Formats: sequence, C-alpha cells, structure tokens
Amino acid sequence: MTGTDRFFRALCWVVALGVVVFMLLPLAITVLVSFSSSQVYTLPPPEWSFRWYQALTRRAGLMDALLLSLNLALISTAVSLMLGTAAAIGVARGQVRGRAALATFAVSPLMMPGLVLGVAMLQFFREIGLRDAYWSLLLAHVVITLPFVMRTLLAAMGSFDFALVDAARTLGMSYPRAVLRVLIPNLAPAYLTGGLFAFLASMDNYPISIFLTDAFNRTLPIRMLQYMEESPDPSIAAISTGLILLAVIALAVAARTVGLNRLIQG
Amino acid sequence: MTATRADRIGLLVLPGLAYLGLIYALPLFLLLLKSFRDATGAFSVAEFVQIFGDPLQRSIMARTLRVAFLVTLLALVIAWPTAIVMRRAKGGWLSLFLVAMILPMSLGVVVKAFAWSILFRTNGFINQAMMALGLTDAPVRLLFTETALVIGAANVFLPFMVLPIYAVLQQQDPNLPDAAATLGAGPYQRFFKVILPLALPGVVAGCAFVFSMAVSMYVIPSLIIGERQQTVAMQIARSFLFLRNEQLGSSLSTILLLIAVSVVLGSSWLAARLGARQ
Repeated sequence: MTGTDRFFRALCWVVALGVVVFMLLPLAITVLVSFSSSQVYTLPPPEWSFRWYQALTRRAGLMDALLLSLNLALISTAVSLMLGTAAAIGVARGQVRGRAALATFAVSPLMMPGLVLGVAMLQFFREIGLRDAYWSLLLAHVVITLPFVMRTLLAAMGSFDFALVDAARTLGMSYPRAVLRVLIPNLAPAYLTGGLFAFLASMDNYPISIFLTDAFNRTLPIRMLQYMEESPDPSIAAISTGLILLAVIALAVAARTVGLNRLIQG
Repeated sequence: MTATRADRIGLLVLPGLAYLGLIYALPLFLLLLKSFRDATGAFSVAEFVQIFGDPLQRSIMARTLRVAFLVTLLALVIAWPTAIVMRRAKGGWLSLFLVAMILPMSLGVVVKAFAWSILFRTNGFINQAMMALGLTDAPVRLLFTETALVIGAANVFLPFMVLPIYAVLQQQDPNLPDAAATLGAGPYQRFFKVILPLALPGVVAGCAFVFSMAVSMYVIPSLIIGERQQTVAMQIARSFLFLRNEQLGSSLSTILLLIAVSVVLGSSWLAARLGARQ
C-alpha cells in the first residue's frame, strides 16, 4: 500500500465518521431539547424536565392526529400487502407481457414529486365527486404504500421456488391456502421489510396528505407542521422523540429478525 | 392446461394494476391535460408562456434547480467516501454506518426538518459549536439562508445516495483494485479506470433519485428557508392552498412532473447503457 493509498483511506474514514455524526446529530439534539426545561432550545439545557411531555396533553387535536395516522398507515399497508401479493405472484408465475414495464410502473410513484401527486389526486377526487377527506386520504395512502411493498415482494418472489406451492397443492391445499400457509411464511422477511417501510412512509407522508385533509382529518405530520407555525415550543421535540423511539424499536425488531443488511436491499 | 393456468395466474396482477391506473396514473394524466387547456377548455400553452416570461417565476425556477443541483453534489461528495468505507467495514462498524443511514430514513421529513431548524438557530448548536471552536466571534445567521437549506436537504436525502453506491460497490470483486495495482496501476489510475467505472450505475441512480426529490421538496424549504425565498414546490402549494390560482398550480406541477420524469427516464437509460458497456 502506497502513501497515497493510506492518505485516501484515512480521508474516507474521516468523511464517513463525519457522516455518521451528520446523520445522527439532528436526532440526538431533538431528544435532548425535548427534556429541557427551557423554552428556547438552549444546549446544554439549564435543567432537565418533563414539562414538554406534560404540555403534549394540552396540544389540541394531537391524539386525533396520531390515531388517524396510525389508522391510515395500518389499513393502507394491509391493502397494499394484499394487492402486492396478488400482483407479485401474477408477475412471477403468470404469463404476463411486459414484466419489466409493469414492475417499473408499480414502483414509479416513489419517484414522482409527492406534491404533484397530491395536486393531481385532489383535482381527480373533486372531479368524481369524492368529498370525504378520510376516504380520499386512504385511497391516496395505498398509492404511497404499494410501491414499497411491490419493490420487496417482486424481488423476493423472483427468487422464490414456487415448486413448494405446487407441492402444497398436490397435497390438497387450495391455491389461496397454499399462498397463505407456504408462500407468505417463507417470504416473511420480505413481508416484514416491505410492510415496515410502507407503514413508515404512510405515517410520515406530508406532501400528498396536505391536499386531501379537511378540518376534521389532520394526519400527524400535518398537525406537527401546524404546531411549528403556530407555537414552535419544544413540545414538538417531545412528539419527535416519541417518533424516534418508535423508529428505533421498529428497526431493532427488523434488525433482529431480518438483519440490517437485508433491510436495505428491499 | 399449464398455459391456461399460467394465464389465469397472470390475471392476479389486475387488481393492483387497475388500482394504480385509476388512483395514480389517471389523475396525473388529467393534470397534464388540464395544464394545456385554457379557461374555455381549448388547447393552449398560454399559461406556460406566461410562467416562463415572468422574471419572478424564472428566478424561482432557477433557485429550485440550483438548490437541487447543489444538494445532489454535496450528497455525492460525502456519500462516495462513506460507501467506500462501508464496503470494507465489518461487524459493529458496519452496523453503525447502516443504522446512521436507515434510522433517519425511517423518520418523517417533518421531524428532520424541525431538528435542522433548531440546529440552525442563531443561538443554536451549530453557532455555539462554531464559536467554541473559534471559527466565528459572533453568531452567524444560518436559518433562512440557501446554505442551510442545501445542508439540511442533503442530510435528509443522503441515504438515497449512499445506499445505491454501496450496493454496486458490494457487487464488485474486492480484490479488483489490488489486481490492478499488481498490473502496475497507480492509485489515480485504479480509481478512474477500475473503481469508478464499475460503480457508475449506482452513482447515476443515486444522483437521479436525490435530484428528483430535491427539486420537488416542500417541507424542508418551508421550515428552513421560509416564505421569502420561494421554490417551485412552495409555489404549487401556495397556489392551491392560499391563492386559489389552480391554473398556475397545475402548470407548475406539470413542469415539476416533466423534470422529475425526464431525470428518472434519462438516468435509467444512462444506467442501462453503462451496464451494457461492461
């Protein structure tokens, strides 16, 4: 190894460690200020306190927003898993023309500007006379979650040995039953990864949801941004800390069952 | 018998396909149509002519593209060394790098943009750190600057640059650079003739993803830079949510859509060509 090599390798390590700090610092700071007694985000905090967590109980509409977001994320992920399972089996096993184009189309909502999708859906729902905000949000959130599910399921079923399903059918299982008892348990890691990222994408979506809400149906990200504009105190950091905790738990579970490296290959 | 069964199984793609066609593709198509029509419903590009003729709209578009370009560049410059290190890292180190990418990725953009708006405050962490290090005597205004926006956005989109590059580097034979060295290639030659060309598809994919997200981001600029320096995405939201000027909003959406689609199509064409050359 030459001197130049050593220099570049050291430089890469410096940058990479800097990147770790760069990525985790904002989260760490958020957690720290949420436990501060101060109103103005000074660090280190003058005193530790839970006052911003207590303040959450006085935040109007927070619980409703959280429940709505959980509701949308759960139902849309479940619907996407069903649509996605059927479509991925169809692509893997059926005689479908233009498989590659189909796969690209199914994943393409990921690459569209969210705001533009929101605008398009707003106008479309209005055109067909759908005025209910909850249903508009739910229909839209299936479009948000489906690409994540499709991406992992298409990859997983591409390398799945369908002889197992055929064997189960020979032993007398119906096709849906064979899928449920043989295919899905075998592809559990893909279902977990796809489902997890789909769920999180729905929980976090702002740019599409903002066009479809009304006064009674505000999702959590929309409420949070509204709080930031109205009274940006550290109680928002307390909500964020809750979400960070949720993500840490979800990742810990996923890392134990699937492994971190598998998680990014979806 | 088998052929008919395969046909029947192929029908399973229909529900998902029909859903995306109806709730996703059709609305986008109608939006495109609408932006090429005037108030009477006749075909017209008048709205686009007006947008491109307006100096304010032109400067907003220029800022949007400039910021997206700088975000992509910054992300690429720090993502490359990170991906190189990640490929060689093992065990606890690799886990640390992966967590640093995946944990922020699984959090909402509202949470991260809020965190950056705290960090960039005049009395915030970054100013305190800079003063402690003696880089500056008085606090610097960071919030509401384009620099802050570029840094914050690069942070949010960085995993989408690192992971594709890491994925292609992983597929490379780790002994390849050493083999090139044995054959007499110097460090620069090894980089430009061996490592970089093989990693280019990942670089192209990462850049396309980051650029198309950065060009249409909305939450990050509205929290970090505010209303004073608009981007195209903020204009779209404003024209629908406050100004009720839907014609303008639709046309701007079409412009953003065309930029995003051409970046995605262009990059996959480029990646396919680069892949074919190897």
